[in-house]
Amino acid sequence: MAGKTNGYKGNQAPAPILPMGRPGGGGAARFRGPAEKPKNFKGTLNRLWAYFGKERNWLSIILVFIVADSILTLCIPYFIGRAVDAMSPGRKVNFNLLEIMIFVLAAAYIADAVLTFLQGWLMAGVSQRIVRRLRSHLFQKLQKLPVAFFDARTHSELMSRLSNDIDNVSNTISQSTTQLMSGVIALVGTLIMMIILSPVLTIASLCTVPLVFLLTRTIAKRTSVLFKNNQAELGRLNGHIEETISGIEVVKAFNHEEKAIQEFEEVNQSLLKVGLRAQIWTGFLMPLMNVINNFGFAMIAVVGGVLALNNMITVGVIASFLTYSRQFVQPLNNLANIFNVLQSGVAGAERVFEILDEKEEPDDSKDAATLQDPKGHVVFEHVSFGYREDVPIIKNISFEAKPGTRTALVGPTGAGKTTIVNLLTRFYDVTEGRIFIDGKDIRAYTRDSLRRSFGFVLQDTYLFSGTIKENIKYGNPEATDEEVEEAARLAHADIFINRMPDKYETVLSENGGNLSQGQRQLLAIARVFLAKPALLILDEATSSIDTRTERYIQDALLSIMEGRTSFIIAHRLNTIRDADNIMVIDHGQIIEQGNHDELMARRGSYYHMFYNQFKNVEEA
Amino acid sequence: MGGFGVNNGTMQVGHIIAFINYMTQISTSLMMISMVFNMFVRARASTFRIGEVFAVEENTSWNSLKHEVTGERGRIDFENVTFSYTGQVQDAVLKNITFTIYPGETVGIIGSTGSGKSTLVNLIPRFYDVTGGTLKVDGVDVRRFHPHDLREKIAIVPQKNILFTGSVRENIQWGNERAGMDEIEQAARLAEAHDFISDAPEGYDTMIGQSGVNFSGGQKQRISIARALVRHPEILILDDSTSAVDVATEMRIKAALKKYAKGLTCLLIAQRITSVMDTDKIIVLDEGEVAGLGTHEELLEKCRVYQEIYQSQIGKEVL
Repeated sequence: MAGKTNGYKGNQAPAPILPMGRPGGGGAARFRGPAEKPKNFKGTLNRLWAYFGKERNWLSIILVFIVADSILTLCIPYFIGRAVDAMSPGRKVNFNLLEIMIFVLAAAYIADAVLTFLQGWLMAGVSQRIVRRLRSHLFQKLQKLPVAFFDARTHSELMSRLSNDIDNVSNTISQSTTQLMSGVIALVGTLIMMIILSPVLTIASLCTVPLVFLLTRTIAKRTSVLFKNNQAELGRLNGHIEETISGIEVVKAFNHEEKAIQEFEEVNQSLLKVGLRAQIWTGFLMPLMNVINNFGFAMIAVVGGVLALNNMITVGVIASFLTYSRQFVQPLNNLANIFNVLQSGVAGAERVFEILDEKEEPDDSKDAATLQDPKGHVVFEHVSFGYREDVPIIKNISFEAKPGTRTALVGPTGAGKTTIVNLLTRFYDVTEGRIFIDGKDIRAYTRDSLRRSFGFVLQDTYLFSGTIKENIKYGNPEATDEEVEEAARLAHADIFINRMPDKYETVLSENGGNLSQGQRQLLAIARVFLAKPALLILDEATSSIDTRTERYIQDALLSIMEGRTSFIIAHRLNTIRDADNIMVIDHGQIIEQGNHDELMARRGSYYHMFYNQFKNVEEA
Repeated sequence: MGGFGVNNGTMQVGHIIAFINYMTQISTSLMMISMVFNMFVRARASTFRIGEVFAVEENTSWNSLKHEVTGERGRIDFENVTFSYTGQVQDAVLKNITFTIYPGETVGIIGSTGSGKSTLVNLIPRFYDVTGGTLKVDGVDVRRFHPHDLREKIAIVPQKNILFTGSVRENIQWGNERAGMDEIEQAARLAEAHDFISDAPEGYDTMIGQSGVNFSGGQKQRISIARALVRHPEILILDDSTSAVDVATEMRIKAALKKYAKGLTCLLIAQRITSVMDTDKIIVLDEGEVAGLGTHEELLEKCRVYQEIYQSQIGKEVL
């Protein structure tokens, strides 16, 4: 359970809904729940920075905008103050100055809006371009990774990295970068302006800052624990839902509905408890912050009033100050928040980089030859293989398959039949020993040319969404329509294709959902006919396909194996009997080898297996 | 405007500042309102989707009627059963199925993919109700049973391996909460699962990951079978649940069932013809219809579909 829920941690933090806009009653810190802690914060950040590449130029332009914008925002309260002073009591209102100030203010507000828009616009472009590059790197990487990598991971986990984690990174880049820059500038700028205006008032208004810090920290400490628990409970709940729904048949058949509901209620209840407490604590924050902020306002008003009475400052300065103190608190909160976002973003980036750092299928050696028009002579020489070095799955296998012969692999499930075939096509590389095709180690050929020499007819044929024609042409994109139809005819696939509404142009739904298993297999055979490989790998279907199609398949297979070196993971007696060589595999070893008559005469394990499985046949 | 007011002495500077503050508050509130409205629209769309689920009617009649079982326990009768997922007769997946399974019989069901095998057995515990005809269990129309009572009698081992998070023991116990350790072990032995479970370092307390990642397909199937057996069902349905178990083990399981399960009615769906050859009776399904019914020898003699399956799996030479 833990492994699966991990995938969407961080992103699913139920962010409490709090106003996050500008002023109001003092900004509220936004909590996103506990950010996933990255393991190597600095290193990952540096790597992410490297991805900015040319975007750094754009970033400097954005920085200029931000600085300009910050300066404007800083000046606005000052102008307000001047405007207020222009109509200070006891004097005639200075309309000239007031007018100028109003124009300046209006211009400043408009410029602020434009700059903010430009910033957002440019930043969106920057972050999207970076993320696009990251995404395509990740996808390209996935194509290059060996099959073993995918065996060890669930699809949903990889999907989550491609979508959730990348999203996290993109959010971080677009939000944090600008906010970080503008936050720091605003903080420093406001402080400077305040000191210039009145050092005494600055000290008065800064009194509240430690209080804000203290409050935020105390509450954040509590809520982060609560949110973490909340997350865990949510994970449990999701796990339960997923299990119950995917196993609904069993739940119903065993009358477990009540129990499932009861378990759900339990988890739901504890989720409620934790969630409620988390929300209440976060809810505390805003009103408390308001109290503190208002306290700050009062301080400024009192101290400012005294100072103004003594003519040390003007009323306008007080007005400016009030706005400044508000502007000061906001970036402070923002920065705390950004740190959270940054953490979860960097954690996301880390998970992406983890994949990018995986070992790829090793490159073809530089002097790798292209395997052209192979004869199909295959030799295994003391081949061993294990996903982990210490756990061998294939042990010391040696055999020879002469061009054009049929080799049947038989044995119980999990004996290693599929693995042997996968070694041949270099989905995995041998850990010991060597495999030769036409007298040359297969590692001396390019992977591409090696795999091109093989045709596959597997139990379940993977079809792409597209037309039937496109699917047949998958093995040979340059083929003409006539060749496609010829191949379909040889595979006996033409009969059902011609019955389809649009014949060869019929669009297949995803993975050929509108075709039967047998029809899909006929298409796979047609693919092979079109690609004309010298070697063939055939994984016989265990299930029975409707009998008419089955006969077509048998027939087509017989003709396609003609003249090709074929390796068959066999389940049917007649295929096994017809093979030139039968290899009985068990626990990753060849325990017997020979043709049917030889093996029967030997009365060894093949004989026993045969007798067990087909004894009724002999009696019949 | 404010400036004029101050000039005329009708307004104070403080008022203007207060005014500006009020303005900010109003604009913030307006922003909030638009945000809330946005969220509201989103929430409405989601509520609608949730409502859709609630709106689905439970159209199975939950008849809680208790009644005497008149017929023999474990007997199943299909009388002219027709079924279609859409309720339309022309889309029928099963057509005019008629047969009887007597208590204690082991019956094999074979047919190509899509011939309706799984649908047929899903009718028995009332996952679906028949569209036409009658289906009787213990001599009583299943529609007169409360599904809960009906499912008490039946244990299904589904095609797909479904195990839950928890230990092996918990998973087997899932079939029967009152089962003690000895019952669990007995069931596991019958399902040929005891040995590999005991071999695991933590034995019956080995945790099964979500969807059972740490056991092989065949092992998971055997745990599922043990879970069904611990229930002491009257009717056991194995829906292609030995496909990943090798032939020798499958044989042993079947032999164990025969010994233990005196009086247990057993339905065995299989792809491999060798799995059903030695059953009491074989039902051959083809495109939703019964294409043959009888023992292996009888079918081999007169049922064309059965012959074809046999030929494609075993080979012509033997005949």
